[in-house]
Amino acid sequence: MTTAAELLAGIPELAGVEPVTRVTIPARLEYTYSPGSAQTRFLTALPDKRLLAERCPRCTRVYVPPRGACPTCGIAATEQLELPHTGTVTTFCIVNIAAKGLDVEVPYCYAYVLLDGANVGLHARIGDTPYADVRIGQRVEAVWNEQRLGPSLASISHFRPTGEPDADPESYRRWM
Amino acid sequence: MSKQPVAVVGVGQTRHVAARQDVSIAGLVREAAVRALEDAELGWSDIDAVVIGKAPDFFEGVMMPELYLAEALGAVGKPMLRVHTAGSVGGSTALVASNLVAAGVHGTVLTVAFEKQSESNAMWGLSLPIPFQQPLTAGAGGFFAPHVRAYMRRTGAPDTVGSLVAFKDRRNALKNPYAHLHEHDLTLEKVQSSPMLWDPIRYSETCPSSDGACALVLTGERGAARAPRPPAWVHGGAMRSEPTIFAGKDYVSPQAGRDCAADVYRQAGVTDPRGQIDAVEMYVPFSWYEPMWLENLGFADEGEGWKLVEAGVTEMDGDLPVNPSGGVLSSNPIGASGMIRFAEAALQVRGLAGEHQIHGARRALGHAYGGGAQFFSMWLVGSERPDH
Ligand SMILES: [Zn+2]
Repeated sequence: MTTAAELLAGIPELAGVEPVTRVTIPARLEYTYSPGSAQTRFLTALPDKRLLAERCPRCTRVYVPPRGACPTCGIAATEQLELPHTGTVTTFCIVNIAAKGLDVEVPYCYAYVLLDGANVGLHARIGDTPYADVRIGQRVEAVWNEQRLGPSLASISHFRPTGEPDADPESYRRWM
Repeated sequence: MSKQPVAVVGVGQTRHVAARQDVSIAGLVREAAVRALEDAELGWSDIDAVVIGKAPDFFEGVMMPELYLAEALGAVGKPMLRVHTAGSVGGSTALVASNLVAAGVHGTVLTVAFEKQSESNAMWGLSLPIPFQQPLTAGAGGFFAPHVRAYMRRTGAPDTVGSLVAFKDRRNALKNPYAHLHEHDLTLEKVQSSPMLWDPIRYSETCPSSDGACALVLTGERGAARAPRPPAWVHGGAMRSEPTIFAGKDYVSPQAGRDCAADVYRQAGVTDPRGQIDAVEMYVPFSWYEPMWLENLGFADEGEGWKLVEAGVTEMDGDLPVNPSGGVLSSNPIGASGMIRFAEAALQVRGLAGEHQIHGARRALGHAYGGGAQFFSMWLVGSERPDH
């Protein structure tokens, strides 16, 4: 490997010049996202602490957040339904390192919560319990962020254990 | 459909390191390309087209880098094509190049993949806040850790299996002069006591951030006949995709991965992958993915992958060596990592893998995956020309 300084030294006019090896140019991206009708319904129901979902008319799978269409059948999902605030932890990890731009204190428990009646997991934080006690199959409920209720999933602060017995693995095995 | 047989006659890599401050991205890709041409004993004028791939532009913040890399890769006056399938891109880039030769569109194609992670922030690039999901995924490790836990739960694998893979791959890397991590003092105990980053994934069970590039020269029968060193013949290649999220997705063993492997084996006439394949270069950025992919790729029955790891089957001297090069766990220039797997598989069947050569390897699998375990690309290469 030839260093930049060695390369410059070979050019008489540039002898002794400090090489420029890197220039940092900050960049920023802002998005204007158009959620569409399905996601608009979902987002605008959150301030009222309601969790709206959609069922595919063909495969009958229930999506939350709803997308307006079933990703596997490729057809419009026409039936809306409301889901309860309870669910089951299908898997999780404990995050010990902070990611830039994430406004969450480490460590935190990042889990997939399968809301009762849903067929896809919601990404959620598990709180109000020691991490060592979090487990697959654990029953949890949403804790709403009363101060920040708005059209965003930040309306849910986290999920906490309900204390019920763990769910039957068959109830969530296919819906991780 | 009459396909031309495709041969790998040139392989080039950079020495993967944390930061290549002596070269720009253009210098990095050119270094790999020049080495591949030297291996093939060809010049720039022998190349008919260039196919380049890398992971998201968002990483280095250079939009469409192929625009400014055209001249560094000798593409002036020739077709140039960019491929993008997240982490699997190195593999799919090689497959696009291979298909151009197989279809008779071009005679000899140069294909290159790279990543310069020292000029990038992949973790930030992968952790975008969006309004329908709580922004909790801390980079790729945070995304994949829950799926590793699901695998452990599903199979009852002891929690030491991940450390065995990590220790093996890092030991293998000591035999590969191009590998980024050469941890001579590493012990199994050190892996097992390294900090827990995304529980259940420890620091020493994760891939490094690397600057690096890989290049291949692909050609047909006539090119192979002129090649100065033994070629690797492409016996099968396939790509498959599935959505990142859908109800019923199996994150532990995605259907797209199973289908992709089945397609490659069918093309190559492989009916018993474990018995017929001599070496595997598998995309394992987190050590637990080795037992997971062993099952997904049909080398082990469901729930049995970890047993092969524990029994030493995937060690350099086992009957199915996995990642003799040290794998992604020892070098991860993301966009190049898939092509490095394909390249290392080719080196094995050419008998040119040096100190990490698996003696007598005749068939080797190169594998890559990307996105939320949704894009898969694989090829199977052999020392013999495939018969029709
Ligand atoms: Zn459906």
